[in-house]
Amino acid sequence: MGEQSFVCGGHHGGSYLDRLAGGLLHAMDHALDADDLSRRDGFLQKLDPRIKVAGLLTLIVVAVIVKSLLVLGGLFLFAVALALPSHVKLSRLFKQVWLSVLAFTGMIAAPALFLVPGDVLAQLPVLHWTITLQGLRSAAFLLGRSETAATLALLLILCTPWPHVLKALRICRLPTVLVVILGMTHRYIFIFLHNASQMFEARRSRMIGPLSARDRRRMATASAGVLLGKALHMSTEVHLAMIARGYRGEVHLLDDFRTRPIDWLALAGFAAVAIAALWLQA
Amino acid sequence: MHIPDGYLSPTTCAVAYAAAAPFWYVALNRVKRLMQSRVVPLLAVVSAFCFVIMMFNLPIPGGTTAHAVGMGVAAIVLGPWAAILAISIALAIQALFFGDGGITAFGANCLNMAIVGSLVAYGTYHLISARAALDSPRRIVAAAIAGYLAINVAAFLAALEFGIQPILFTDATGAPLYAPYSLRVAIPAMMLAHLTIAGLAEAIVSGGIVAYLQRANPALLRMTAGFTVGPAAAPDTIAVAGGWRGTRPLWIGLGALMVISPLGLLAAGLAWGEWGPEDFANPETRAQIAQTSGNVAPPEHLPQGLEHLSSIWTAPMPDYAPAFMHDANFGYIMSAVIGAGLILLVFSGLSWLFSRGSAGRDHRVA
Repeated sequence: MGEQSFVCGGHHGGSYLDRLAGGLLHAMDHALDADDLSRRDGFLQKLDPRIKVAGLLTLIVVAVIVKSLLVLGGLFLFAVALALPSHVKLSRLFKQVWLSVLAFTGMIAAPALFLVPGDVLAQLPVLHWTITLQGLRSAAFLLGRSETAATLALLLILCTPWPHVLKALRICRLPTVLVVILGMTHRYIFIFLHNASQMFEARRSRMIGPLSARDRRRMATASAGVLLGKALHMSTEVHLAMIARGYRGEVHLLDDFRTRPIDWLALAGFAAVAIAALWLQA
Repeated sequence: MHIPDGYLSPTTCAVAYAAAAPFWYVALNRVKRLMQSRVVPLLAVVSAFCFVIMMFNLPIPGGTTAHAVGMGVAAIVLGPWAAILAISIALAIQALFFGDGGITAFGANCLNMAIVGSLVAYGTYHLISARAALDSPRRIVAAAIAGYLAINVAAFLAALEFGIQPILFTDATGAPLYAPYSLRVAIPAMMLAHLTIAGLAEAIVSGGIVAYLQRANPALLRMTAGFTVGPAAAPDTIAVAGGWRGTRPLWIGLGALMVISPLGLLAAGLAWGEWGPEDFANPETRAQIAQTSGNVAPPEHLPQGLEHLSSIWTAPMPDYAPAFMHDANFGYIMSAVIGAGLILLVFSGLSWLFSRGSAGRDHRVA
């Protein structure tokens, strides 16, 4: 992924195929790590998924709403404080969120220092570009909101198994059929990532020299075409398998979540932080 | 292209969700009705495919790499409604699980890429490919242009969303609260990247996959091809269905647009940014320029660049009014007829070239 993302791309050395396969493997690694971490015995892991989804999504919305940099900083620190008892290392947050957001949003926000008109704060020595107060504030807002929202979103994913996130999304009135589709999509993404990396591996094992840019483009589009054919074929097979197991177009989900007093306490805590943030910035 | 959280205000996000919701509703109902019990596995698998496609980095002429969104391919193979759902689902997983695109900005991302992108891609592909044979090179060109246009329209929408933020949402000091750049900066910044690198990637993926499917699996192109016969019989079908009856509504619409083209004369004042060198010397038009530019007065002297460039080319029909035509309304209609005629002539020429190439290849195969 070329944009802001939890998947640490980094610079893969080697050939085009190495880099392509490397990118796919990083996505799979992220999923395995998330699955592993969501099963650990931490604070967020213990909470009912519905409470977590409601609480963390509310905080993300509040981070987008607030108009005070101090309150935004407070929300960011709260997110970091949630990570510590949930066994999410700061080094992981740094690598997966803070660095990625800084690289992407930071690059977008930096010119605002000079481009947004306003009260002059300083001037660059050689270029004589002026840094304005308004430019600095707007860049800080952009970066602060992105960092806070992305940190909260990563905490949700790292501390909750994906099927539970989806089931919990039903509190947002998401139709059951979409919850099922999202769950199946997530599963097939990894099947296709696996298929694609195998295709590239097979191709790489038959190559004795580097490909030209034109051949690389042809190979990538042909691989995508093969994958599309496989995807549609697989959808037919999956459909037949579902029919064979009694599926008639009606989808039912088991709701096996049970809230405990600690969940209600946590919900009250999330609500208190959200209300306090909105009240303080007002 | 994937807008992260914090770039758009909550109001913009809410409006985007509200604008996207009817499309999701209609798309889900249409796809359910068409696919019935197949809808769940089909959408799941195609969404997964769209997701994986977004991870394929392509080498772009010029030495850089870029990834496509896949909206062109999804719309061409599945049709616009299923594509809207498949890309929305892929975007949801990207936002929630991989942090690529924001959760609050999910509605805006879907509106730009999944909804508008898919509809533009499908419309363009249909318009250009018309009822060409499944193995016609015209379909490859149509797919490439569809992908290119779709991603650029989506990028333009994203730029508009960014560009209105500093106008509408600032704090007490005047600092922008969200995306800080005005339309004047946001549009060129977004479009430069998408008209060149990202647009090329989308065009290569869309055209390349259609070219591959024509060779390896043409049946996948049939669903949205507009006919149900095999590829060999398709050229005959074009001859029958591509005549007056098939395109009658389009011709009537084009004629109606030509007739109402003088409506533009009702608008008072100058079109912003379309000033000529003479407008800078006229006090009346100078006042209008200043009024429509936030009371910023135009430069006292004609800018040198404008003076130089405006003398290079003189339009044969300046201001849509041929010199021999004294009535402005007729001048507008005449300009519309000539302009539309020229465009039709160019496309007819291109169509003839493509069909000649296709016929030559059929001869070689025979």
